[in-house]
Amino acid sequence: MSATIDFDKYEVVIGLEVHAQLQTESKLFCADSASFGGAPNTHISPITLGHPGTLPFLNRKAVEYAIRLGLACQCRIEKENYFARKNYFYPDLPKGYQISQHTAPICNGGIVTIPVQDGERQIKLNRIHLEEDAGKSMHDQDPSFTMVDYNRAGVPLVEIVTEPDLHNSEEVYSFLTTLRRLVRWLNVCDGNMEEGSMRCDANISIRLKGETRLGTKVEVKNLNSIRNVKRAVEGEIKRQITLVESGGTIVQETRSFDAGNGTSFSLRSKEEANDYRYFPEPDLAPFHLTDEYLETLKQSLPALPDELIHQYVNQYGLSDYDARVICDDKATADYFEQVVKHIPKQKAIANWLLGPIKSTLNEQGTDMTGFTLPPVTLAALIQLVEDGKVNFSIASSRIFPELLQHPEESPLNIATRLNLLQDNNAGNIAPIIDEVLAKYPDKVAEFRKGKKGLMSLFVGEVMKLSKGKADPKLTNQLLAEKLK
Amino acid sequence: MSEFSSISAFQEALYAGRTTCTETVQLYLDRIGQTKHLNAFLEVFEEEALEKARALDSRIKNGEPVGALAGVVIGIKDVICYKGHKVSAASRILEGFTSLYSATAVERLLAEDVIIIGNLNCDEFAMGSTNENSAYGPVLNALDNTRVPGGSSGGSAVAVQAGLCMVSLGSDTGGSVRQPADFCGIVGLKPTYGRISRHGLIAYASSFDQIGVFGRNIADVAKVLQSIAGPDEYDSTASKEEVPDYQTIHNKSWKIAYLKDALYHEGLDPEMKEGYSIFFEELETAGNTVTAVDFAYLDYVVPAYYVLTTAEASSNLSRFDGVKYGHRTSLKNLELTDFYKKSRSEGFGKEVKRRILLGTFVLSAGYYDAYYTKAQQVRKLVVDKLSEILSEYDAILMPTVPSTAFKIGEKSNDPIAMYLADIYTVLANLAGVPAISVPLRRHSNGMPYGVQIITKQFSEASLLNIADHVMNISQATPV
Repeated sequence: MSATIDFDKYEVVIGLEVHAQLQTESKLFCADSASFGGAPNTHISPITLGHPGTLPFLNRKAVEYAIRLGLACQCRIEKENYFARKNYFYPDLPKGYQISQHTAPICNGGIVTIPVQDGERQIKLNRIHLEEDAGKSMHDQDPSFTMVDYNRAGVPLVEIVTEPDLHNSEEVYSFLTTLRRLVRWLNVCDGNMEEGSMRCDANISIRLKGETRLGTKVEVKNLNSIRNVKRAVEGEIKRQITLVESGGTIVQETRSFDAGNGTSFSLRSKEEANDYRYFPEPDLAPFHLTDEYLETLKQSLPALPDELIHQYVNQYGLSDYDARVICDDKATADYFEQVVKHIPKQKAIANWLLGPIKSTLNEQGTDMTGFTLPPVTLAALIQLVEDGKVNFSIASSRIFPELLQHPEESPLNIATRLNLLQDNNAGNIAPIIDEVLAKYPDKVAEFRKGKKGLMSLFVGEVMKLSKGKADPKLTNQLLAEKLK
Repeated sequence: MSEFSSISAFQEALYAGRTTCTETVQLYLDRIGQTKHLNAFLEVFEEEALEKARALDSRIKNGEPVGALAGVVIGIKDVICYKGHKVSAASRILEGFTSLYSATAVERLLAEDVIIIGNLNCDEFAMGSTNENSAYGPVLNALDNTRVPGGSSGGSAVAVQAGLCMVSLGSDTGGSVRQPADFCGIVGLKPTYGRISRHGLIAYASSFDQIGVFGRNIADVAKVLQSIAGPDEYDSTASKEEVPDYQTIHNKSWKIAYLKDALYHEGLDPEMKEGYSIFFEELETAGNTVTAVDFAYLDYVVPAYYVLTTAEASSNLSRFDGVKYGHRTSLKNLELTDFYKKSRSEGFGKEVKRRILLGTFVLSAGYYDAYYTKAQQVRKLVVDKLSEILSEYDAILMPTVPSTAFKIGEKSNDPIAMYLADIYTVLANLAGVPAISVPLRRHSNGMPYGVQIITKQFSEASLLNIADHVMNISQATPV
């Protein structure tokens, strides 16, 4: 039956709720460590455990991080802030309520610009709000008990809520990749979905194309990688359309994704949903944000990846692809900017970053943060190539690896020491050219008859005989003269 | 009763070598031993108190510096945490629970060298007006053992009333310090909301709760307040407002208002009404002005108070779930929801359950606006009206309670009647302003009653001055 289904009849509407753990040192409301891991129940205190008489005290750094993200997403920042309690019982929720924000999120609206197949799309955000994380229930540690680790309880989170503004799994994938890059860029969250420091729930509905009302939404949870979010969204779209096409009705429910077999199962229906009984948190004084404070934060924001990509394409003439790869993470972009300061050869720098440096990092299984070669040294190496003292191939295959071993040595020194400096003395190259032309009389004749493509063969031979040291430009020039 | 009329009289004798801390503590321990039937204490820290007394005596003997409250024998309500000591909020659900830390108020008292002699009985989770809701039995009024001492800080009031300690700490969410002070014939202060850190005070209703002080005179209460008031890095609702001098008395005349609606309220005992009217005249004779003002919202304050406090309580008490500490049902293999139901149903008493259910209801989807939002609006009106009156007058005087102490069991089956008796005290908590109850007269039934004084936020210095003035005029001596 599914073979006959016309999937294109339907428009898919998706909204995402992304939880991101903020990389503060301490928790949202007390001084306990907020770092990931640690032996179970070691990052705790009477406050984390909700002992009688304990009160929350707001961590200002977490507020700052939430605002940084909000400013980067062009949100309207709320100046009069307060928290709300979300009440429900669960063993990993120490106080029996989560301190969150309800009617007045700290960041309102906003956009995230994502690359799509034919350009870019601006995905509308509904809000970004601050809240505390819960602990971790472990059901597989003991046959008769659930074990709870409260290390995570109280770790600051932001919840980023989009409008129902995404329409397919590629956009979802692109949104999450972009958002992850942004939180990492701003250094507010490590974006690690596998460790749970970034988590995503997807609300998915379908409607016939042209319909303006939203369909019944289904929430899919338990998505622990961007790839799994994409898979879950695809599966849910297929499930909903197939269900409707076979005469069924979609019910509002929460489903859990099983990454093992790529399917989802119902967790609870709307009727079973909690009434969270939100009300303003009376244990925390409301806090006011001044214009001066917001202005200071705005000024301290780094240049954002989207701005840099546009700058690199439009001003530096890099390809869109190269610009995006450089701006994949802040360390690479920062490095690029540093090298540019020493040598304004942006395309050459991009080639180095995307070529030899990337392969080296891949081999070492590290990223740009682990790359220790000083930008000024790379600039010197590029200068060597630009000056015609070595060619790119020699620079990348011989000098660069040596430089990584001896980063304190100058590239010129290495080139000299390894006898790699290019020969641009016509007196040295001419005899080699004569030798090559003597070796291939037939080819010379063919060339003269018009088979100009043979030039590269002659150049290649000269290079081979000169062990790569012959200056290619000069070689070409001398060859052309001799072959006239 | 104590042979010393005040803390300063005691300390004078102490520093003059006419008494010792050890001797004094022993005296209080003896009295506690003789009055066990009152059920004021849940635990007496006998050895610890004596040890502390001996250490203090030797420090004084050696001429070492000691704190402002050196040797002051104090009791604390069983909702205030003291590191290494049991704290249960007089509830089965916290039976056997030991606090891992001390409340900020306790830390500050200890820093001034007080001797904490024990923790005091109260209504479970500070919910009640008679101390009949304690899981550990009722506290008796020392003056008439057939009567209640008031609540919820009944044990704290009786401990001072019966001379079982010099001063005590209670907590006041809707009158829980002032009402038992009134019933017991002593002084009970509820400071401005946020004046004393709530860190370590087991919460009933967070936006109302405030630690309060019981004493036999104004000077003692002022001395304790001076030590414990002020900002705290563990409580963001504790005010950063400067702590002024509370201990100097300025003699002056005051502009006093009384609420007509309170004095002429149908619930007020007629003999008491007469007593207040006469007293207001005495105040005028003493050079003060006393003016009747309107306050139209009096009948709304009790409903608004109970909607808001139960809403907050329903959430505050969610942490007592049998998972991390406290009572856990002994039944095994329960589904999670049943585990919660059993543990909590077994652990909480009837009044606490009533308030949790009420609070859960008013916060529920579909009812929130009709109850919670409405009550917040009433609260705002009350705040505005009171601050308007207090911008014109130095203080508002009114009854603390509409009657003298109830008979034990008299109201325990009629929660509404019980709640309505809070009509005069909840006002100060709704508005977050400081209020004090000081003894005024004896009723013909033999029981004392007091008068309540309310001033504007953070004006405890004036409040204590006016209270001292009132006590001088009324010539009332503590029971």
